[in-house]
Amino acid sequence: MRVAGIVLATALALAVQTTLARFVIRGTVAVDPVLVVVVYVALSYGSVTGLLTGTFAGLAQDITLSSGLIGVGGLAKSIVGFLSGIVGTQFIVTQTLPRFVVFFAATVVHQLIFNGLYAAIGQRDFSVPYGAILGQSLGNAIVGVVAFQLAELLPGAVERRKLTRTKLRR
Amino acid sequence: MAVVEIRQRAGYLFVAVIVGHIILISAQVNAKSGVPVLEQVTFGVFAEVQRAASAFVGGVRHTWTSYVGLRGVKAENDSLKRELADAQVELQQQRAVADRSRSLERLLELRDRLSFESSAAEIIAASATPDFRTVTIDKGSLQGLKADMAVMAPGGVVGRVVTPTARASKVQLLIDRNAAAGVLIERSRAQGVALGSGDDRLRLEYVAETGDVVVGDIVVTSGIDGIFPKGLVVGRVESVDKNGAYRQITVRPAVDFSSLEEVLVILTPTAAKQVVQEAAR
Repeated sequence: MRVAGIVLATALALAVQTTLARFVIRGTVAVDPVLVVVVYVALSYGSVTGLLTGTFAGLAQDITLSSGLIGVGGLAKSIVGFLSGIVGTQFIVTQTLPRFVVFFAATVVHQLIFNGLYAAIGQRDFSVPYGAILGQSLGNAIVGVVAFQLAELLPGAVERRKLTRTKLRR
Repeated sequence: MAVVEIRQRAGYLFVAVIVGHIILISAQVNAKSGVPVLEQVTFGVFAEVQRAASAFVGGVRHTWTSYVGLRGVKAENDSLKRELADAQVELQQQRAVADRSRSLERLLELRDRLSFESSAAEIIAASATPDFRTVTIDKGSLQGLKADMAVMAPGGVVGRVVTPTARASKVQLLIDRNAAAGVLIERSRAQGVALGSGDDRLRLEYVAETGDVVVGDIVVTSGIDGIFPKGLVVGRVESVDKNGAYRQITVRPAVDFSSLEEVLVILTPTAAKQVVQEAAR
């Protein structure tokens, strides 16, 4: 059930990302929904699940959306997912601010690994687009925090709605 | 324990995922040589493995062959040592033959120069004491040798036959204490007698006071002793010392008596001897 949910979330994130392609800030998409999903899963289920989710989501992203080398995104997201999972298990990350920081830091690390790998391979000059990274980090952090809030609020809202309907019938 | 195990498994999984990604990326990236990095690295790793395996097999084979070879080398070494010893002996024999040939050549030349009938003989023994300077030659009366026959070497006068036997003869060297020969100075024709002194020098005595003798003069036989034909080289004046009214004249023999091997015995009697023999008849 969990695996199906992760796969579904990843697929949804990929679909969303294609629609966000036009919101590009200096060559980088403002929000990386796939990375948000990976960090979200890592914080929720631990480092191993984060690692596997990062691998799956990153490779899927490389295959479907990327025109570059297959594996670079997978490697970057695997590392980020693993580290995020470790952070989620070692620290209390249930408040908004810590989650924001984790999403923000995860995006920065992801970008550094992604660009660093391409630079190491020799297919791209290693230049850090600070503005783009900052923008995407903020975007991912906001989306991530909102996603957590929604996920936490959603089950309660449904129950409250059911409870309200029951009261009204009475 | 369970937490540690889970962390270890997560670590192993993380490493495996990272390695898998690196391999995947390497398969797509070309190196500077144009070959994919994965292929290059794989080939490089296998090449190193092959190199190590080859070195190992080569080392084992080399060690084995060296060991087996060493066993053969010892036998070969022994055989070569024997061959070397044989070759050294043969070389010495050949050298001795060559020396003997040269010596005989010189003797043959002397024989051709002399107008006398002669017989070549080989020295087979020498005197055991230095007081008597004699040698034994391998020719005797069967070869026509008689007492008082002159004995020559390529360098000059050697001595005379003193005791001929059937197959060997004793020769008294000119340097023997009891040996003497009539001589003259080749340059000034001053006459005298060369006497053996027991060592390697001769004393020249009975030279007239007016006789002209200087260092370096060549001394030859005078032929008046009836033993040595006239004109054979005896030696060279080495020193002339005046001691009052006398002169001490030392002659260095022309023959090196320490290295004599072959000699010529002059069979033809001297003119003086022929006169004596005719008178005796």
